[in-house]
Amino acid sequence: MTDISSPPRSGSLGTWLRDPNPTSPLQARLHQSWRMWRKLRRNGSALLGLAILLVIALAALFAPLLATHDIFAQDLGNRLALPSGEHWFGTDELGRDIYSRLLYGARITLYIAGLTAVISAPIGLLVGAVSGYFGGWVDTVMMRVTEIFLAFPSLVLALAFVSALGPGINNAIIAISLTAWPPIARLARAETLIIRRSDYISAVRLQGASALRIIARHVVPMCLPSVIARVTLNMASIILSAAGLGFLGLGAQPPSPEWGAMLSSARQFILSNGFVAAAPGMAILLTSIAFNLVGDGLRDVLDPRHD
Amino acid sequence: MTTPNLEVSQLSIAFGQGSSRVEVVKQANFGIGKGESYGLIGESGCGKSTILRAVAGLNPDYEGALLIDGFELPRRRSKEFFRKVQMVFQDPYASLHPRKMVQNVLIEPLQIMGLDRRQERIDTILSDVGLDQSFRFRFPHELSGGQRQRIAIARALIVEPELVLLDEPTSALDVSVQAEILNLLNRLRRERGLTYLMVSHDIAVVAHMCDRVAIMKDGRILEKLTPEQLRNGAVSEAYTSDFLAASAPAVVRAG
Repeated sequence: MTDISSPPRSGSLGTWLRDPNPTSPLQARLHQSWRMWRKLRRNGSALLGLAILLVIALAALFAPLLATHDIFAQDLGNRLALPSGEHWFGTDELGRDIYSRLLYGARITLYIAGLTAVISAPIGLLVGAVSGYFGGWVDTVMMRVTEIFLAFPSLVLALAFVSALGPGINNAIIAISLTAWPPIARLARAETLIIRRSDYISAVRLQGASALRIIARHVVPMCLPSVIARVTLNMASIILSAAGLGFLGLGAQPPSPEWGAMLSSARQFILSNGFVAAAPGMAILLTSIAFNLVGDGLRDVLDPRHD
Repeated sequence: MTTPNLEVSQLSIAFGQGSSRVEVVKQANFGIGKGESYGLIGESGCGKSTILRAVAGLNPDYEGALLIDGFELPRRRSKEFFRKVQMVFQDPYASLHPRKMVQNVLIEPLQIMGLDRRQERIDTILSDVGLDQSFRFRFPHELSGGQRQRIAIARALIVEPELVLLDEPTSALDVSVQAEILNLLNRLRRERGLTYLMVSHDIAVVAHMCDRVAIMKDGRILEKLTPEQLRNGAVSEAYTSDFLAASAPAVVRAG
């Protein structure tokens, strides 16, 4: 990253990227990415968010190397210890090292957020694009179903699903995905309604393209930027839902170091030993803010109307 | 004249239902011979673009008949139809997909139609519309209005159609670029033996481009003229002479 963010060098890579007359599709694509990166670079808060996310991702990736203690090792003689050189963020009610648990918890959080996005974004995109493009009764049926999902508060719906499926991370992911796709579908439908009336869609219809081809190759690429931005912004609420389910004891189960579950078990000591809850709480807060900042930045950069 | 390339017979188009129903085109009749360039002219809102969209198959809700080479077109157009008939849109800023490279814009019709020698055809059509190969990997936002319209023309012509529908192809462009695009369209018609159906509100453009002209008002075709009659003001309808008088300087310039 440092390599790219340094000021444009006069070297061959920089000029090749900025060449207004690309000579290959790859160069043209990289040229576009380069323009986007330069736009994003001017957005300080998005960069800050990106930096935080990078730190969290690295922490998750290298958790075994960075952790100072076994996350399941209990030390009841040293429970609820204050932060110290030995335990950077202190210890929890069973004497486990909070810093190490946070690192491993990042893995779970990113796993939940990532998998939920991967499940809910394509579903929402597909439902929205198909519904908006065809209109008529297809639209009516699909949107009514979407509205049924939207009518429930997402955490309540997720609670219902988890109680039906049983507690656990994977069931929490399924439950959150089921509540995360409808807003994306609504967004994609609204975009599609505008896109399908545009001349470039008429033009491709005049080339004899099938509806499937038009949706997949022409409508979806135009919806994608706002959907990506929206999903990134949603990440914060996905993380909060996951933490909320963990907190209620329906997501990750102890002794899993999931942040919401950590917060939940720290709840009993929140008045006497507040720092036990502070660390996972701050981690959830920072991650949510970072996703929000990046989402805002992406919305500015990816929006085709801002070209 | 043999069978006309395109024949429009008793074409009526209405939008809306019940009391809000508006008849936009009322029983239009005209025919265009092979290799001819036919102009539809009138104020905005007179229904000229609506006729074009109906011919293209973008609006299947019409009454009357549209015939190509003497055969009536089905409401759902076939791929064969789109090989014969293509359209160039008014606004080149809206008619190119903002996320598609020029090469992908041009290769798509070839893929859909299953045509071979794709790279070769793209090379040929790019040089035919006066763009060099460096435009292949550009995106629409890196092109000027005139260059975009050239790409849109290339996209329409790459499947080698016989009839090209032109929906005010220059009205969104700078005056200096308008003439270039019109001359390009004229040259392509000569070279490829194309038939044009052109819609415009600009008498000068139509007088420059077309062999025959129909004047439209409120969804009706008022009268049909030759460019000479248009320039000399030899018209029978009062509306037409008013319309011409309002645009007189333009017509004189074009003459």
